[in-house]
Amino acid sequence: MGDILDPDVLDADTDLLRFATIGSVDDGKSTLIGRLLHDAKGLLQDQLDAVAASSARRGHEGLDLSLVTDGLRAEREQGITIDVAYRYFATPRRTFIVGDNPGHAQYTRNMATGASTAEVAVVLVDARNGLTTQTRRHVTVAALLGIRQFAVCVNKMDLVDWSEERFDQVVAEILRIAEQLGIDTITPIPLSALHGDNVVDRSGSTPWYSGPTLLEYLETVDPAPVGDHTGGRLPVQLVVREPGEGRPIRRYAGMVHGGPLRPGDPITVLPSGQTTTVAEILVGADPVEVAPPGLSVTVSLTDDLDVIRGDVLAAPEPPMVTREVEATLCWFTEQPFRPGDRWLVKHGTRVERAIAREVVSRLDIEALAHEEDAGELAFNDIGVVRLATAGPLAVDTYDADRVLGSFVVIDERTDHTVGAGMIRAWS
Amino acid sequence: MTVLDPDRASMTRLAHLDALEAHAMFVMREVAAERERPVVLFSGGKDSVVLLHLAAKAFAPGRFPFAVMHVDTGHNFAEAIDFRDRRVAELGAELVVASVQDSIDSGRVADPGPGGSRNRLQSVTLLDAIAEHRFDACFGGARRDEDKARAKERILSLRDEFGQWEPRNQRPELWRLYNGRVRPGEHLRVFPISDWTERDVWEYIAREGLELPSLYYSHQREVVERDGMLLAVNEWVVPGPGETPRVETVRYRTVGDASCTGAVRSTAATPAEVLAEIQVSILTERGATRADDRFSEAAMEDRKREGYF
Repeated sequence: MGDILDPDVLDADTDLLRFATIGSVDDGKSTLIGRLLHDAKGLLQDQLDAVAASSARRGHEGLDLSLVTDGLRAEREQGITIDVAYRYFATPRRTFIVGDNPGHAQYTRNMATGASTAEVAVVLVDARNGLTTQTRRHVTVAALLGIRQFAVCVNKMDLVDWSEERFDQVVAEILRIAEQLGIDTITPIPLSALHGDNVVDRSGSTPWYSGPTLLEYLETVDPAPVGDHTGGRLPVQLVVREPGEGRPIRRYAGMVHGGPLRPGDPITVLPSGQTTTVAEILVGADPVEVAPPGLSVTVSLTDDLDVIRGDVLAAPEPPMVTREVEATLCWFTEQPFRPGDRWLVKHGTRVERAIAREVVSRLDIEALAHEEDAGELAFNDIGVVRLATAGPLAVDTYDADRVLGSFVVIDERTDHTVGAGMIRAWS
Repeated sequence: MTVLDPDRASMTRLAHLDALEAHAMFVMREVAAERERPVVLFSGGKDSVVLLHLAAKAFAPGRFPFAVMHVDTGHNFAEAIDFRDRRVAELGAELVVASVQDSIDSGRVADPGPGGSRNRLQSVTLLDAIAEHRFDACFGGARRDEDKARAKERILSLRDEFGQWEPRNQRPELWRLYNGRVRPGEHLRVFPISDWTERDVWEYIAREGLELPSLYYSHQREVVERDGMLLAVNEWVVPGPGETPRVETVRYRTVGDASCTGAVRSTAATPAEVLAEIQVSILTERGATRADDRFSEAAMEDRKREGYF
């Protein structure tokens, strides 16, 4: 994907914002992304030519901007989005990674894929229809995944005569759901993705609207920092042995999260509970004085301990070590999640066998209410479950730590990823 | 080179390039931990140069635990092959060359003849090499910004024993919890720099001081203009009727099959000059230089379904 042609973008210090578009099928998500890229001059001539040629072949007047992101044959044939498309663009203020998510219920797993790494959700709502069940499902999943910043684009405003009253009705509907889900930062924007009103350029049709355009919002939104509610942590990916004279130095490779790590920091190795101190931190072969969250490093310790892949090096106030967790689970496969069933769980850098103990409740997406005694979770259900694992996990709640608070469920019979869990509690 | 600016190091959000680098290293380490026999695909092109550098960095101060494989179409730029051999030797890595010519000679694929692109034939050669060496994960330097079908692919992309990608049934890939499991006969294609753009790659090359084949910088070359592209005159590109070869000042944005990869007119001689140039280019990298991606709007998807990278 092309870039905005501004030399200031060369500044390597521009930060990166990952956002995901969510909402029902046909609400215009792909068109909105196409419009955003087009109006922000993130499309280059050959891409525009290709979209123009495809549009003409399909008998559309002008550019069908949804063709910018719907890149699969089946998507073009059906005019729907099946899987997440990632797009890239930059303005002088920020670099963006956009996940354009599918709207169909059948592809909720793909939507969760796109939303799990996003910091901001851009929700599309058709001004004529208001919120659909599918939009509720998406907003719910995005909120559960920890997104706290939502731009709600009330799209197709041209089809409701730019009615402020209609906009206010949809916003009121959204705010009710936001309240139920505990989302406190909603920015509603009236727009037309098709015509480009309030996407990048301010619309002349909404004199009653004084808020930001979508691009202004994206350039200025302050994403809640992720995973800095704890001390520094390092789930160990690999043991790297430095070859050389005498005893090899063992170093532990991983990505820091939760907070910075520094040489000299006291740490606990989990699940064993041994304590020691960080001796040295390398990025590549070079030592660094501080490793902020998100950095891939290699750490050596002052004591010669037994540390393996799957262990966690944690600063004071370490996570809990447990074999039994309660979690919110999004279930992605036809085979139901039922008590007694066996699965694999990947948590941090550790894979453990797990047994489903209980389905505590199932979420009714329409009412946003928890039903108890649901018995099982079916395809696309969201519920609260209890799982026991064969070996101990170093866990935290998802709210405090996205990394040690999350896991995926893998079906050993197929090796597919069948569920995504967010830890609420443990025992 | 230490990349962290001390002024930035106390920040809770990493700068863009640092975040991309850290993520790529994380992905390579996860796959190294979960798979038995990964291999890094290396063509000598800029994306795979970055990939090899990231591999070296991810496992430093140890040596990275992979072989390096080049799927050689036989239609190479000499500069790319010289560079490939030198770089692999510097890293002390094992080089596996999977040759399309061998596949042709053994009757596995049909030779498209002089002037024909061997790009599609690579899929068979690649899959045969994967089977022969029992590789279960192949790291590639493909980026999502290169193509619409690529934009849909997971970081860890499962391929069946036919090498096929099934875009409608990809594994969910949440957070940084990558599922690296495969069944016998299957393998993973792994794309650690999925989220990098052409500009990110060049910024990284500039920042890390990475060497590239000289093709990437301005030089003089005899070319013909064909279908709006500048193709170097060589044993596979022979000027046809009405085509007049002339010497132009050019460079390459991608280094692929010499029979179908176009050059661009350019005087950019350093990474900084290349960055300045792509800032004002009105064409994408593929649009400017790859003839075989122009066949249909789903050219890449179709090839990926056949096992292409």
